[in-house]
Amino acid sequence: MEELDGEPTVTLIPGVNSKKKQMCFDWGPGEMLVCETSFNKKEKSETEPGCPFIYIIRKDIDVYSQILRKLFNESHGIFVGLQRIEEELTGKSRKAQLVRVSKNYRSVIRACMEEMHQVAIGAKDPACGRQFSSQVSILSAMELIWNLCEILFIEVAPAGPLLLHLLDWVRLHVCEVDSLLADVLGSENPSKHESFWKLVTILVLQGRLDEARQMLSKEADASPSSAGMCRILGDLMRTMPVLSPGNTQTLTELELKWQHWHEECERHLQDSTFAASPHLESLCKIMLGDEAALLEQKELLNNWYHFLVTRLLYSHPTVKPIDLHLYAQSSLDLFLGGESSPEPLDNILLAAFEFDIHQVIKECSIALSNWWFVAHLTDLLDHCKLLQSHNLYFGSNMREFLLLEYASGLFAHHSLWQLGVDYFDYCPELGRVSLELHIERIPLSTEQKALKVLRICEQRQMTEQVRSICKILAMKAVRNNRLGSALSWSIRAKDAAFATLVSDRFLRDYCERGSFSDLDLIDNLGPAMMLSDRLTFLGKYREFHRFYGEKRLTDAASLLLSLMTSQIAPRSFWVILLIDALPLLEEKEVVFSAEQTYELMRCLEDFASRRPVWREPGVQQLQEDVENTKLEMLRLALARNLGRAIIKEGSLEGS
Amino acid sequence: MEDIYAKFVSQKISKTRWRPVPPGSLQTADIFAAGSWDNEENYVSLWAIGDFGNLDSDGGFEGDHQLLCDIRHHGDVMDLQFFDQERIVAASSTGCVTVFLHHPNNQTLSVSQQWTSAHYHTGPGSPSCSSAPCTGIVCSNPEIVTVGEDGRINLFRADHKEAVRTIDNADSSTLHAVTFLRTPEILTVNSIGQLKIWDFRKQGNEPSQILSLTGDRVPLHCVDRHPNQQHVVATGGQDGMLSIWDVRQGTMPVSLLKAHEAEMWEVHFHPSNPDHLFTCSEDGSLWHWDASTDVPEKSSLFNQGGRNSTFLSHSISNQANVHQSLISSWLSTDPAKDRIEITSLLPSRTLSVNSLDVLGPCLVCGTDSEAIYVTRQLFS
Repeated sequence: MEELDGEPTVTLIPGVNSKKKQMCFDWGPGEMLVCETSFNKKEKSETEPGCPFIYIIRKDIDVYSQILRKLFNESHGIFVGLQRIEEELTGKSRKAQLVRVSKNYRSVIRACMEEMHQVAIGAKDPACGRQFSSQVSILSAMELIWNLCEILFIEVAPAGPLLLHLLDWVRLHVCEVDSLLADVLGSENPSKHESFWKLVTILVLQGRLDEARQMLSKEADASPSSAGMCRILGDLMRTMPVLSPGNTQTLTELELKWQHWHEECERHLQDSTFAASPHLESLCKIMLGDEAALLEQKELLNNWYHFLVTRLLYSHPTVKPIDLHLYAQSSLDLFLGGESSPEPLDNILLAAFEFDIHQVIKECSIALSNWWFVAHLTDLLDHCKLLQSHNLYFGSNMREFLLLEYASGLFAHHSLWQLGVDYFDYCPELGRVSLELHIERIPLSTEQKALKVLRICEQRQMTEQVRSICKILAMKAVRNNRLGSALSWSIRAKDAAFATLVSDRFLRDYCERGSFSDLDLIDNLGPAMMLSDRLTFLGKYREFHRFYGEKRLTDAASLLLSLMTSQIAPRSFWVILLIDALPLLEEKEVVFSAEQTYELMRCLEDFASRRPVWREPGVQQLQEDVENTKLEMLRLALARNLGRAIIKEGSLEGS
Repeated sequence: MEDIYAKFVSQKISKTRWRPVPPGSLQTADIFAAGSWDNEENYVSLWAIGDFGNLDSDGGFEGDHQLLCDIRHHGDVMDLQFFDQERIVAASSTGCVTVFLHHPNNQTLSVSQQWTSAHYHTGPGSPSCSSAPCTGIVCSNPEIVTVGEDGRINLFRADHKEAVRTIDNADSSTLHAVTFLRTPEILTVNSIGQLKIWDFRKQGNEPSQILSLTGDRVPLHCVDRHPNQQHVVATGGQDGMLSIWDVRQGTMPVSLLKAHEAEMWEVHFHPSNPDHLFTCSEDGSLWHWDASTDVPEKSSLFNQGGRNSTFLSHSISNQANVHQSLISSWLSTDPAKDRIEITSLLPSRTLSVNSLDVLGPCLVCGTDSEAIYVTRQLFS
C-alpha cells in the first residue's frame, strides 16, 4: 500500500452513537449497509435496546442531484461520440476533433453551472441556497481546471499562442469586469465614475488594451490637463506588439519588436512622463510587468493565476510551455506572500502548469465529491495518448479504473443505470465482468423494463444473464398464474427444464378442467415446441384435440398412437390417452387399422403390466376397480375394432 | 432536421403526447404531456412550446419547451393519452388508471378520477390479488380502454366508477398496446406476435379475429391505425420490424419492412397526412417514413442523413380487382411504387427513444437519456 494522500473524512450517521455502540457494515456495489451490533459484547447486552435501523450509506451523493443529472446525461452522449471518432482520424484533424470534444464537455459544465446558479438565487431556504452556491463554485472550479488542461494537454499550444490562450482562460473566469464596464459606460460621465480607474486597471491587467485605450480617450476628453499623458499611454497600448493568429511573423521578430516597445515604456517611466498622474503611472508600471506594481493590484487580480498570466503578458509574452511551472510557482509564492497556504485548487492548477497529469487527476479525485470529472477528463486525455505509460498496481489502467468507479456509481442509482452500460462497454479489461455483476441487480418491476435489460444483455451476448432474467420473469408469471406468459419466457430463455414444468401445469389444469387454457399460445408454438419433450407432447396432444374437433379422425388416430409409441407421453398420461382412443374405436367408420389396433393393444398391455400394485384395501381398492373397468372396456372396444378392421381390410383387398 | 430542440429534464421519459387542438381551429399544437418512468418519484407533466418562450432576443431560446405544471404519479407512467382538451389518462405500472385534470387558470394538475386496481394478477402465490402493470390505453370520448400484463381488457366510461366491461384472460400473454378500429371494435397486440380484434358487442372472452406473424412469435409492441382507411394498421415488433396489415383480408401482414435494430416502441401515422409514418426504437433512433407518391422531386432533399429503405415486400393480398386509387400507398404492391423514403430525425444516436407523437407540423419525442426533443417544422 502507498501512504494515504489525506485524512479520510468522517461521516457521522444521525441516530447512531458510535462511541457507545458497536457497528457492523457490509459493502454493496455502490453503497454500504451499516447497523448496530452487540457482537462479542458479553455484559448486559439485552438491557439496553439497540437501534432498530439498518442504514444505507451512499458514497456518491452527487448522482442524486437533479441538476447534475443533466450533466451526466448530456456528457454521456459526448463520451460515446468520443469513443467512436477514435480510429479514423490522425494528426491535425484528430487534434481539432479532440479540442472540440473538450469544448463540448466544458459547455455542458457551464450550462449546468448557470442553471445551478439560477436555482441558488431563487432558493427560498438560505441553507439550501448556500448548498447550491457551493455546488456552483465546485462546477466553476471544474471548468477552470478543465479549460487549463485543454490548453496545456490537448491544444498543446506552443510559445506565443500559449499566452493568448491563457489570457482567454483568465478573461473567461474573471467575468465581473463586463458588468462593471456596462455600469461605467452607462453613467453620465464615465471618467468621473468612482470605479473608472478600477475598470481601466482591470482592463489593462487582462490585456484588453483596445478597450482600456477607449476609456483613456474619455478621460482625455473630460480633463484637458491630462490629455497629453493619456495620449502617450494610449499610444503605448496601441503599439504593444502582439501575436495575431493570422500573422506570419516569427517569434524572434515578435520578441525583437516587443523588446523595443518595452524599452520605450521604460524610458517614459524614467522621464517621469506620467508623474503628474499616479493612476497613469501605475498603469505604465503594470505594462512594464513590474511585480511590485502588480502585487499592489492584488484585489483586482483576485487570484494568483491571474497574476501569473498578467505578469507573463507584460514580461515574458513568448513564454515556453516548459518554463511555465517556474513562473507559476513563483507567482503563487509571491501572491500568497506567506500569509496563507495554497488550497486544493491552487495545487491542482500548479500541477497542471508542471505538466504533471497524474498529479492533477489525483488531486482532483481527492478534492472533488464525484467521479464524473476525473473519469471524463482522464478518458479524454487518454485519447490524446498522454496516459499510456501509467499502470496502476491494482485493476487495469487509470482510465479504466476511474470509468469503472463512475459507472458503478451510476448503477447504484435507481434510474441512471442505463448510462453506466456504455461506460462499462468502453472498459476493455474489467468492463464486461462489472456489467455482468451490476446488471443482475437491476430490479425488474415491469416487463418493459425487463425487456430493456434483456436487450442490453442480448446485444453483448451475455447468455447467462439473459437466461437468468427470463427465468425470473417466467417464475413471476407462474406465481401470478399466467402460464402462457411463463411459457413464452421459458421459450425465449431456451430453458427446457422450466418449459417442462410449465407444460406439466398446463396438462394438470387440463386433467382438472377437461379443457385447455391459453389456446392462442399453444396452437401457435411452431418450432419452439421442440424445446422440451413435455412441451412437444403438450403441443401435439392439443393438435390431436384439434383434429378430433375438425373431424379429421384418421389424422387424430395416428397422432394419438404415435404419442404413445414414441414414448413422448408421460406415463401418468397414458390412461388418459387410451381413454381418448375409446370414442375413435366406437366410430361407425373404422378409424384404426388392424396394424394400429395391434399397437394400441400392445400399449394397453404394457401399461397394465407396469401399473403399481395396490396393497392396501379401502379407497385405493375402489380406484383400482374403476381403472380395471376402464381397461376392460378398452379391451372390448379394441377387440371389436380389430374384427371390423380385419373384415374391412380383407374386403378391400378382395375387391 | 436542423430545427430540433432538445431539453434535458432530469427524468427518463416514457411517454409524450400532444394535446389535441380543438376541431376546426387553425391553431397548431402548443402543449404536450410527458410521463416519466423508473424514477423514485415519477411525474406526469405538461409542457408548452410557444412564442412566450422567446423572451430573449437571441434565437436560441425560441422553440424551447417550458414546464407548465406537473403532478406526482404513483409507479411508472406506462401510457398516456389525452381524453379531451383538459383531461389526461395515465396508465401506471401499479395497475392503476388515473384521469388528471388540467386547470389552465392557475396551471395545475389534479386527479379527477382513478381506477386503482384496473389490472391485477390472481395467482397461487398471491392470496388476494397483486397488481399488474397497465401497458396501454386508448380513449374515444367517453370511453377508455386499457390493457395490461395480466392479459385483461377493461372498458371504462369517464363518468362511471366501475368498469363497464372487463374481459378477463383475454390473452394468455402480455398485451402491449391497444387502439380503436371502428367504434365498438378494438385491436390489441401481444407478446407472442398476434393482433386480435375484439368486438364489444359480442359477449364472451373470445376475439372476433386473430392475425399473426408467421411462426416465430416475435412480440409486437405498438400499433396504430391509418386515420382514413380503417382497415390499414401498422405494428412494430421486438425485432424492430414494421408490419403493415390489412385487417379485411388474410391473417398475415401485407408487408414487413426491415426497420430498427431493436424494439420498436411506437409507430404513428401522421393524423392529417397519413402517407407519412413515424417510428421510434430502443436503439435510439427516430424515423420518418414518407410513402407519398411524389417522391422523385423530393428525394434529393430527404436523402441527406437518412437511409433508403430495404424492402421486404411480402405481398400476399390479391388486389388486382381493387381500383388503384382506392389503395393506400401503404398497401401498394406495385414494385415501382414501393419507394419509401426514410429520414432519421435525431441528430445523433442516443439511448432508447421511448415515445413520439405527431400533430400538424410538430413532433415530440422522449428518451431514456432524459431529453425531450421537439420540432415544429416536420415538412419544411
